[in-house]
Amino acid sequence: MKVEVKLFAVAKQLAGADTAVVELADASTVADLRAALARTYPPLAPTLASVVFAVNAAYADEQTRLHPHDEIACIPPVSGG
Amino acid sequence: MIEITHEPIDTAALLRAVESNLAGAAVLFLGTTREVTGDRRTRSLVYEAYEAMARQKMAELAEEASRRWPLTGSALVHRLGELGLGEASVAIAVSSPHRCDAFEAGQWLIDTLKEVVPIWKQENWADGTCEWVHPGQPPSPTGGLAESAAGSAPAEPHAEGAHPANPASNES
Repeated sequence: MKVEVKLFAVAKQLAGADTAVVELADASTVADLRAALARTYPPLAPTLASVVFAVNAAYADEQTRLHPHDEIACIPPVSGG
Repeated sequence: MIEITHEPIDTAALLRAVESNLAGAAVLFLGTTREVTGDRRTRSLVYEAYEAMARQKMAELAEEASRRWPLTGSALVHRLGELGLGEASVAIAVSSPHRCDAFEAGQWLIDTLKEVVPIWKQENWADGTCEWVHPGQPPSPTGGLAESAAGSAPAEPHAEGAHPANPASNES
């Protein structure tokens, strides 16, 4: 399945785009997505160790399963306020 | 009142939003753009957000604060875009029957907002360089976007924040 990942802040800057698109096997997890992003977008690799992911606007863990129409976002360490 | 705005924050509107005849105290917190961090000077800050999730998280924080303290009102507003020195990027107002609860809730709200709400700031330094602030992650050549040819030394974050997975104490 193909998933789109929203990118923000340094991740957006490194990828040069506000969305990343990766191809994943069905029933892939956030951990699979992290690995696929590193392969597909090498400039993102250095920052992927410190990001978390949100699925449908909620923080997800590495075991969270992804579905084709999920809204997925890559969340670098936040610095609001 | 939960808002994400690109306009200057109307602080009077926050105070109006938490008015209540049951309140004996109202506390308003503003996070503002500081010029000096260590030995570096800031020219401006640029904020961006994952807006839908940020608004949702801010609403969850307001609900959680109301469970923890006997509040009579709460209001959270975060501004996005470029902010000049002294301008408020975030405003939080809470009211409660007694001041102790309003102070505690206000402190918890700003601390937790900085840990979990998906908003990011970019420092535009006076020396012409700029970089995203990602607490817990040392600034690196890949993380800092040098606008000038001058090498940018690692800088302390403008204001401390935290990673959702790595909460750290912080203060604006």
